[in-house]
Amino acid sequence: MTLPAPLRALRRPAGAPAGLWLILVILAAIAAPLLTPYAYDIQNLKSAWQPPSASHWLGTDEFGRDLLTRLIYGARTSLSVSSIAITISVLCGMTLGAAAAWFGGWFDRAVTTVVDLTWSFPEILIALILVAIIGPGTTGTMVAISVAYLAQFTRLTRAQIMTLKGETFIEAAASLGAGNGHILFRHLLPNALAPVLVSAMLATGDAIILEATLGFFGLGAQPPVPSWGGMMSAGSALVFKAPWIIIFPGLAVAITVVAINLYGDALIAELDIRARIRRAV
Amino acid sequence: MSALLELQNVSVAIGSAQLLDGVSLKLERGQTLGLVGESGSGKSLTAMAAMGLLPLIGGRVSAGSVRFDGQDLASLTDPQRRALRGRRIGFVTQNPMTALDPVQRIGAQIDVVSRLHLGLTKQAARARTLDLLTQLRIPEAAAVTEAWPHQLSGGMKQRIVIAMALAGDPELIVADEPTTALDVTVQAQIIQILAALVREKGVALLLITHDMGVVAQICDRVAVLYAGRLAEEGAVAPIFSAPQHPYTKALITCIPQEGMARGTLRGIPGAVPSARQYPSGCRFHPRCAKATAECAQQTPPLIPRGDGQAACLHLPEPAQ
Amino acid sequence: MTAPMLQIEALTKRFQTGGGFLKRPRAMLAVRDVSLTIAKGEVVGVVGESGCGKSTLARLVLRLLEPTSGRVLMDGTDLTHLHPSALRAARKRMAMVFQDPYSSLDPRFSVTDVLTEPFTVQRRPLPPGQIAEMLTAVGLPPEMATSHPHQLSGGQRQRVGIARALALRPEFVVLDEPTASLDVSIQAQIIDLLAGLRDQMGLTYLFISHDLGLVRYFCDRIVVMYLGAVVEVLPTAHAKPRHPYTRALIDSGFAPDPTRRRAIAPLSGEIPSPFDLPPGCAFAGRCPRASDRCRTERPVLDATTHPTACFHPL
Repeated sequence: MTLPAPLRALRRPAGAPAGLWLILVILAAIAAPLLTPYAYDIQNLKSAWQPPSASHWLGTDEFGRDLLTRLIYGARTSLSVSSIAITISVLCGMTLGAAAAWFGGWFDRAVTTVVDLTWSFPEILIALILVAIIGPGTTGTMVAISVAYLAQFTRLTRAQIMTLKGETFIEAAASLGAGNGHILFRHLLPNALAPVLVSAMLATGDAIILEATLGFFGLGAQPPVPSWGGMMSAGSALVFKAPWIIIFPGLAVAITVVAINLYGDALIAELDIRARIRRAV
Repeated sequence: MSALLELQNVSVAIGSAQLLDGVSLKLERGQTLGLVGESGSGKSLTAMAAMGLLPLIGGRVSAGSVRFDGQDLASLTDPQRRALRGRRIGFVTQNPMTALDPVQRIGAQIDVVSRLHLGLTKQAARARTLDLLTQLRIPEAAAVTEAWPHQLSGGMKQRIVIAMALAGDPELIVADEPTTALDVTVQAQIIQILAALVREKGVALLLITHDMGVVAQICDRVAVLYAGRLAEEGAVAPIFSAPQHPYTKALITCIPQEGMARGTLRGIPGAVPSARQYPSGCRFHPRCAKATAECAQQTPPLIPRGDGQAACLHLPEPAQ
Repeated sequence: MTAPMLQIEALTKRFQTGGGFLKRPRAMLAVRDVSLTIAKGEVVGVVGESGCGKSTLARLVLRLLEPTSGRVLMDGTDLTHLHPSALRAARKRMAMVFQDPYSSLDPRFSVTDVLTEPFTVQRRPLPPGQIAEMLTAVGLPPEMATSHPHQLSGGQRQRVGIARALALRPEFVVLDEPTASLDVSIQAQIIDLLAGLRDQMGLTYLFISHDLGLVRYFCDRIVVMYLGAVVEVLPTAHAKPRHPYTRALIDSGFAPDPTRRRAIAPLSGEIPSPFDLPPGCAFAGRCPRASDRCRTERPVLDATTHPTACFHPL
């Protein structure tokens, strides 16, 4: 009996620590109220700017709030915003990409042109423009991130479907009398799914950085709700006086993104789809 | 005089998998040796071993020796082995579509071989290239040297690959399924070109093929490989008139021939086992019509037959 | 003469390459005016080299491609103008076995999924025990039902492909080079299996191949194609060829018999590009018998029992 690929990826040398870190962060984010010793928004100016100690493991910020508590709640914001945004992006991108590849003609040309246009701008630029239009906050950030990554998933799905359309098993299904729906939903989409999901996972890493960047500019989750980017922004003013305020959220972003990439690589190796992802992007 | 190429009891392993097991071959100058067997029988590995190319695929000769013109390849340094390839051993690959560099003109790709290995000047190398192309019956050779690979047809590309193999004036040509990627009528042309080279230039040709028809047409000797072992080896005429090993016989009879009645074509049941699941005893026994209980236990030794050898527990009595 | 199973009438397929920036679109006739009648129970071979249009013909016959002109009639029904829903129903009666057993099976499907698909697609109930029965019929152990394609050898995959084609008990099967990517030893197994199934199920085959030796062994009648057009129809497998190209194809084969060695290659030159065909006979440039007439005028199939398109037949 072979294990499913996500579990097999956990047994790879780099996949194991990366996967465990991700599981840890996700569990911590879910169970935040149970784990944290303090409330994230209670201010105590008397204990402001405290370095790490036994009562505040990671120290306190300028309002005397416990950094560990805020870091765990920040994981909640960062992970949920980026993963929800990427999920929306994948769903829309797959539909759009599959439709473009399937129908071809003017629709395909229109989608490809728009996608290529957005592809030529950096994600951060698209996200900034959108947040400027929608206004700062979690909703704005989510929309901005999902639109920023839409091009990537549309392109990938389209390329996958185009390649698969040329496979003989599609012709074989047609020779049996299979209709469009059968071919699309039984053959094309299931075969296109694995590479798209893996690249979605890798994009989630980028999305965390993007979310943190927007947060750093004060455009993400609004105070007092903690986000990693927001925390780093607050800490940036006091880099020399209280370096822990910026270091710990920074480390959280860095380690989580590296972990996502390492685990994603392990998953790609397990699924044996490296060539398919590279060809498409 | 010793044989040009001699493999003595060569075993080849990649990692822990033993893929070739005690293969012995001999090839004289001016001779063509056919190396046949189904996919996965170890034909290409044998050729890689003969050229000292195994490290490229992570393999090594784990036992026995490969001698080229009396010299053990294992005793040579890497640069010496490299000097041998291209200069004294030419290689013709299976797929001419990928064997040429797409961003270099044809002429330059052939020139470089004789400049590197024969130390010719630019002009002399080009003259030699033109001469080679003419010998290979390529019309308008001068125009072809200025062409890019994508402008040529498959058969023409394979001729260019042969010209590259010949440019260093080699004594041995190793051709790995040189015609499988080509059309039927072009296949015939390429095979005839290779046969003519042996006849006219006296080079030795190691021809790897899955087609017993090609063997019958141009080879002097043939070695039949099965699952990494030599099943039978010997001169072509006796092997076709009276194959000793049941596998050799089966390979010949599965080719449809003129005048064969429908329903008389017999394939070989089953498939070549993978290297991790080689059967015990004679590796061919699960697919062999003649197999007995003994065949599953005993590994048949190579027994001399005529001027060749065969490995089967049920060899027919030698003809008187 | 038994009733015709299939009538192909003046079938033509024109492909156009998409021109682009600074590039004019170019057109080629992949199949040019091909007519052919196949009787019930017959095995008709179509032979030719790459680019001769044999695979395009196979797809036109099953209407996996739309012809540019001409029609295909099956038992008198015009398949070329059939409404999609009627065409789907008609597909129960015809099937195809594909060349590449590695890409003709969906890698995500198990053998059971592959063999169930014809029934799902045609909305027919899958009779109990059917999968095991189908596997046995193609010489595979029923336990293989749970395997996935990557666990099977090339020969085994092709057997699954054959079982899928025959699942709904079709009458007419197109075999598109079913053994071209297999070893000769496995090729013989598959041909043997196809011959046996034809006898059991009373099938009619259109057998596409580049291997004239194989076609002559397996088929009742042989259509020889060169660059999109039929150049000769051999009325029996062992009829003497009349067209120089067929002769050359026969002579290009390597007989597994060292006592019958040939000294010279039968043909020089290679197949011209289908995009710029010469005005006369497409084969004239390589033909040892070609005259001036061959280079200017295109020969058509003569109306004999052994149709040949040549001004100077053998």
